Amino acid sequence: MDPIIRLEHVWHIYSAQGERPIEALRDISLRIYPGEYVVILGRNGSGKSTLAKHFNGILLPTRGDVWVKEWNTKDLQHKLAIRSTVGLVFQNPDNQIVATIVEEDVAFGPENLGIPHAELRRRVDWALELVGMTPYRYRPPHHLSGGQKQRIAIAGIMAMKPEVLVLDESTALLDPRGRREILDIVQRLHRQEGVTVVAITHFMDEAIWADRIVVLDEGRLVMSGSPEEIFSQPDRLRDHGLDVPPVTELARRLHRHFPEIPPAVLRVEELVTAVRDLYARRFVPTAMHSETAQQEHRP
Amino acid sequence: MAEKVVDIQDLEYWYMQGTPMEVQALKGAHFDVYRGEVVAVLGHTGSGKSTLIQHLNGLLRPHKGHVRVLEYDLTDPNVDVKALRRRVGLVFQFPEAQLFERYVGDDVAFGPRQLGLSREEVRERVRTAMNAVGLDFETYKDRFTFSLSGGEKRRAALAGVLALRPEILVLDEPTAGLDPEGRRLILNLIRRLKEEWELTLILVTHDMDTVAEMADRCFVLADGRTVLSGTPREVFAHPEVLRELALDLPHPTEVTHRLAATGVPVRPDALTLDEAETAIRHVLANGSANT
Ligand SMILES: Nc1ncnc2c1ncn2[C@@H]1O[C@H](COP(=O)(O)OP(=O)(O)OP(=O)(O)O)[C@@H](O)[C@H]1O
Ligand SMILES: Nc1ncnc2c1ncn2[C@@H]1O[C@H](COP(=O)(O)OP(=O)(O)OP(=O)(O)O)[C@@H](O)[C@H]1O
Ligand SMILES: [Mg+2]
Ligand SMILES: [Mg+2]
Repeated sequence: MDPIIRLEHVWHIYSAQGERPIEALRDISLRIYPGEYVVILGRNGSGKSTLAKHFNGILLPTRGDVWVKEWNTKDLQHKLAIRSTVGLVFQNPDNQIVATIVEEDVAFGPENLGIPHAELRRRVDWALELVGMTPYRYRPPHHLSGGQKQRIAIAGIMAMKPEVLVLDESTALLDPRGRREILDIVQRLHRQEGVTVVAITHFMDEAIWADRIVVLDEGRLVMSGSPEEIFSQPDRLRDHGLDVPPVTELARRLHRHFPEIPPAVLRVEELVTAVRDLYARRFVPTAMHSETAQQEHRP
Repeated sequence: MAEKVVDIQDLEYWYMQGTPMEVQALKGAHFDVYRGEVVAVLGHTGSGKSTLIQHLNGLLRPHKGHVRVLEYDLTDPNVDVKALRRRVGLVFQFPEAQLFERYVGDDVAFGPRQLGLSREEVRERVRTAMNAVGLDFETYKDRFTFSLSGGEKRRAALAGVLALRPEILVLDEPTAGLDPEGRRLILNLIRRLKEEWELTLILVTHDMDTVAEMADRCFVLADGRTVLSGTPREVFAHPEVLRELALDLPHPTEVTHRLAATGVPVRPDALTLDEAETAIRHVLANGSANT
């Protein structure tokens, strides 16, 4: 299968002509395939947002090339095609607000793609409903709370129905329920509509849902693998300013004392089942308990 | 008994009051803090947290109810807000809202310069504050503020307020957008400042793990009202209530709660990874809960 986004030896240097150039991306080669769910991790300043802005041509490489489908992002005649294929939700929702009314703000992106009026209305209604912001549709977006702005920013990109959804820390300001809701929506779009997802996050427990995790440090791609592979290397992760999810950390600690508990657990249910089964084996004579534990599993 | 440094009663606040766009953001909030405490403010998106804490240094004035911070009565129109702001430092939810100098070093120096300190002292404070938040002074002082990454901006904003050495530090989402190492760094810094400066801390956060690890007490807002308050152990004892309020359990608590629900006699109320580890090891070794 052909990648939907392809980066070949991409460098990005800010103030390249100035006296202190900043090499934000260093020789990044990366392919994103249609239908994939990729999570990008990396410490502050490692280059994640810079990378995200290369996926839809908001930034162009100083050296190297980025292709979206068969279009090179340097080729400005494909700008619209590229922007309608890859939707990027900015890290700071304030940077994305363009209109003075929420619904106009959400309509802005699809309108620029030339979506006809009736369809536009449907999409705006759909996107506002999706992020739970319908009651706020006539409010000025600048006067919303942090989390409310973040939801509007997500709706604006969703309304463009991009094939690739790039989310730059889009859950950072949401309450726990909001975070779960947005993750559910993204996973639903990914599974049911085949949307390709690239998500940047500092929440390690959001990364466990990825097909693949890539780690950046000082502008370089330093790790890549499945969540199981990545999170079984805590020391390496810590060297890069990261960590394992809290549940994995707990499992690792317990594993030192009880080898029966697997150290590479990523989900709460797995750890609960493992501890429960071990408890049953040790202390309950009729060990029929893994069945009850199974029922505790949540989908 | 420690001194009560913040006392908010029946606070009500309207945005765009008297216009058709009027929004009542606070509908009866109460909140109090004693000297040296770490207090967390929780609540769903739009519940009024940022509005509440902007009253603490007089950025917003109460429309109804009482707000006293240190010896300043914020209902008094003649209150000396300038003096108050020297003693109460506030870091905004969006750090962009408070970074306005061209260079990072100047931005962090802005507050201390207002205090009339000597050049050397300002520089020393800026260096200390930047290094404390993980922005190496030499590397970052001459960087353009606009060019910082999201997490770097949050650190810079925090450094600027730390350099003021306030008595009360109010942080709106201090760990949002920080990498795991940065989050640990800031939390350790907070612990240290609490010890060294007897600093009082008020944290607005959606991060339940931070609340569990750090807070002495917490207040939960919903739709502009204080609906719950208590120690983290008290507040996290009722997962159903929390979920109704759009909140959740800290990760370690989630594990022990679920284990207890499957019939394992584990102590369900672990707050931190250490506590969860202890509780689970105890039940696996002895078959019964630790006390
Ligand atoms: N416009 C700019 N001009 C100069 N330097 C910049 C600019 N934008 C970012 N940088 C620098 O480039 C590096 C990478 O920044 P980037 O925003 O990509 O990091 P990030 O991984 O997204 O970090 P965070 O987790 O804090 O959001 C950082 O050192 C940052 O200070
Ligand atoms: N400048 C403003 N003008 C008008 N309404 C506002 C303004 N700021 C906030 N509001 C509204 O007031 C209510 C409370 O907002 P506030 O920012 O205090 O919430 P919050 O608890 O901090 O939320 P979040 O967790 O999303 O940051 C929300 O309904 C919001 O839409
Ligand atoms: Mg970023
Ligand atoms: Mg807020």
